[in-house]
Amino acid sequence: MKGLLNIVNKLKPTFSKGGKFGWLHSTFDAFETFLFVPSTVTTKGAHVRDCVDLKRVMSVVVLALMPALAFGIWNVGEQHSIAFGLDMTFWQKVWFGFLKVLPLIIVSYVVGLGIEFASAQIRGHEVNEGFLVSGMIIPLIMPVDVPLWILALAVAFAVIIGKEIFGGTGMNIWNPALLARAFVFFAYPSKISGDTIWIEGLSAANQSQLADGFSGATPLAQLANGAQELVTTTGDHLSFMQMFIGNIPGAIGETSTIAILIGAVILIWTGVASWKIMISCVAGAVAVGLLINGIAAPGTYADYPVWQHLVMGGFAFGAVFMATDPVTSAQTERGKWIYGFLIGAMTIVIRVFNPGYPEGMMLAILLMNTFAPLIDYFVINSNIKKRAKRIAA
Amino acid sequence: MDIPIAGNAELTIKKSIVPDIIAMKPTDFKCLTPKLCVKEGDAVKAGSIVFVDKKRPEIGFASPCSGTVQAIVRGEKRKLLAILIKSDSETEYIDFGKKDVAKLSKEEAEKTLLESGLWAAVIQRPYGIIANPADTPKAIYISGFNSAPLAPDYNFTLKDETANLQTGVEVLRKFTKGNIVVSLKESNYATSPLYKLKDVVYYTFDGPHPAGNVGVQINNINPIAKGDIVWTVNPVMLAAIGKLFNNGIYDASRLVAITGMRAKERCYVKTLPGISMKQIAEFADEQEVVLYDAPSQIRYISGDILTGENVGKEGYLGFYSNQITLISEGNYREFFGWGKIARPRKFSLSKSYFSWLTPKKRYDMDTNLNGGKRAFVVTGLYEKVVPMDIYPVYLLKAILAEDIDKMEQLGIYEVIEEDFALCEYVCPSKIDVQNIISKGIDLMIKEMA
Repeated sequence: MKGLLNIVNKLKPTFSKGGKFGWLHSTFDAFETFLFVPSTVTTKGAHVRDCVDLKRVMSVVVLALMPALAFGIWNVGEQHSIAFGLDMTFWQKVWFGFLKVLPLIIVSYVVGLGIEFASAQIRGHEVNEGFLVSGMIIPLIMPVDVPLWILALAVAFAVIIGKEIFGGTGMNIWNPALLARAFVFFAYPSKISGDTIWIEGLSAANQSQLADGFSGATPLAQLANGAQELVTTTGDHLSFMQMFIGNIPGAIGETSTIAILIGAVILIWTGVASWKIMISCVAGAVAVGLLINGIAAPGTYADYPVWQHLVMGGFAFGAVFMATDPVTSAQTERGKWIYGFLIGAMTIVIRVFNPGYPEGMMLAILLMNTFAPLIDYFVINSNIKKRAKRIAA
Repeated sequence: MDIPIAGNAELTIKKSIVPDIIAMKPTDFKCLTPKLCVKEGDAVKAGSIVFVDKKRPEIGFASPCSGTVQAIVRGEKRKLLAILIKSDSETEYIDFGKKDVAKLSKEEAEKTLLESGLWAAVIQRPYGIIANPADTPKAIYISGFNSAPLAPDYNFTLKDETANLQTGVEVLRKFTKGNIVVSLKESNYATSPLYKLKDVVYYTFDGPHPAGNVGVQINNINPIAKGDIVWTVNPVMLAAIGKLFNNGIYDASRLVAITGMRAKERCYVKTLPGISMKQIAEFADEQEVVLYDAPSQIRYISGDILTGENVGKEGYLGFYSNQITLISEGNYREFFGWGKIARPRKFSLSKSYFSWLTPKKRYDMDTNLNGGKRAFVVTGLYEKVVPMDIYPVYLLKAILAEDIDKMEQLGIYEVIEEDFALCEYVCPSKIDVQNIISKGIDLMIKEMA
């Protein structure tokens, strides 16, 4: 370690103000603090500080994403082998999925961090760690077949328009990862909707290569098309359990509710994400779902049991990893209950009543991101009113 | 939360330190513009006024010892930083005369406090500044226990002061028609030297820091509304007020706890405010300490680790302090610190490290910031450590926006820096929260003047 520290210390003057590469100060600082915790000591206020920092917080979230990523990698191979009728071993599937997913992750990080570094450089700030999380989430909510250049565009859009123009991490209004997905959805709709894009190689394949009777439609798409009973890609009955485990077509990281729940446990236990948002999100979905179930005509989409919604599409992933983004969610504790509840409720409403777009989670979260400050405003105002009453009394 | 820092003082009085040089620091008093009353070479007694508040010249600040003014230390723009007084070996006191408090009028009590320099013991809320003698407070609050990290134990330091505390209460009684509220710790209130006082109202509080902060107690008993003024007095100062009226002298001597892991003997010493840190050097552990390959100096803090002042080895004990904390400076570079699975030598409230597995462990903490400064990201953390009916983040934002109305509406009158010290400790974005509050209070004073 000492040798490395010496190298860093030797290089430092070159990258400091006035040095040869002084303009690369922020970049150097990012790598330096990545390797070594800064030697800064407290000057004002409390003399000792908790050893947690933003790097740690962000790495916990990335860690919590790992089960979903690992499952997603395997599932890419699994779905491919089913679609093409291939007989692959477990490790072959994993390797296949790994080769497909890795480029997406690399593109996401390279483009996103590149922009983050550049803007930190321009501002003369330290590089913020926020994108470590967004950069991992974005590939996980993309279909595996998304072209890399579209992904790169989406990431650039999310980071520049979604974050940097507001002042960087901590200042943004909308969840950057969701903006990336929304960008693809509205700019290149054919790349993120339909029945063929969720499984690697399907969109480019011709029918004869596929297994007999194969359909790549996701459960949500089937429902939106008025299916009476959900089926697997090969036409068998699709059980709740299978959707819960997640070996179904879908975006890379969103299919496995169980892997996401492992992530949720990590996030809640470490206190990094709000359990209130997760719980109220589920509560909102169940409440509205039951209401709709109650008034629905039998056999329609609206009659579809609500608990199945919780394991379909991006609901679980959104509730655990995206609704809970502390920057874009409600910031007051009471506000978090309301915010989460409305996300869950909106998701079901969008899914059921808007057949044009089967996935409601993305829009519900983006919508509530927009309203989060308003929710907080009302919560805060009740505190202000209470205080005003005290003066009057 | 209680910060599990190691280094509590043993409940023994090791010695009395007769001061060599005493520093009186106008900077100990918030928002004070001092006006000097002495010059170099002047002789002073214990109780002689050395400087006064320029805006309210009736409020004097007295020398705690007798001696000669040795130097007047000024900083930038000739700002008065300290008055150094070379202490005599025998203290001569100004005689203010023993008083029978029961027969004293409010005006006489006020005059004695002002003349003896002890008026500075009376702090007003809002803002946490020295009270204005012209005000009549709604109530007076005394927190009977200190919950700050490694704080001195009043049950020990004030155990022989009950009579003085009672006199102090009787003096304060003259200034308010409202209650004099004494807050005690739920678990051991019966053994407190403040438990048997007459003419006070008791509340008990339970739980970790900041339960002992008087601001938190007021917020839970009867929050301060706009226009309200309440006073607070620290029990050590209350005892000094009692001594003034019982014995007729300004006797500022007190028991000071020497704490922290860089103190080799952690104990109490009897001494005066303003003593030089050089005189407690014998208690400091000067053995070289190496943290993560970097040699670590000692930080001398007058006060506790949350709100104290870094006075340095050449510095002096503050007027209100009854604690000195000696901890290691953390100017080292830890390799891949944030990425380690566990950091057994460090504590974190967050469960992202594993210090929650060892709840009883006490840590040898240092002054490393443990990360870089960032924008505010993680929500819900400050609320956990501010047990008041206040939204800390929104109050801080209002201060940053210099929005006076919002600050008022969100409760600026109810808080001072120390109430937010724990936010600063837990903040993963390393935001200097106390400094923001301090700016907010300064702004309010300026706008409301």
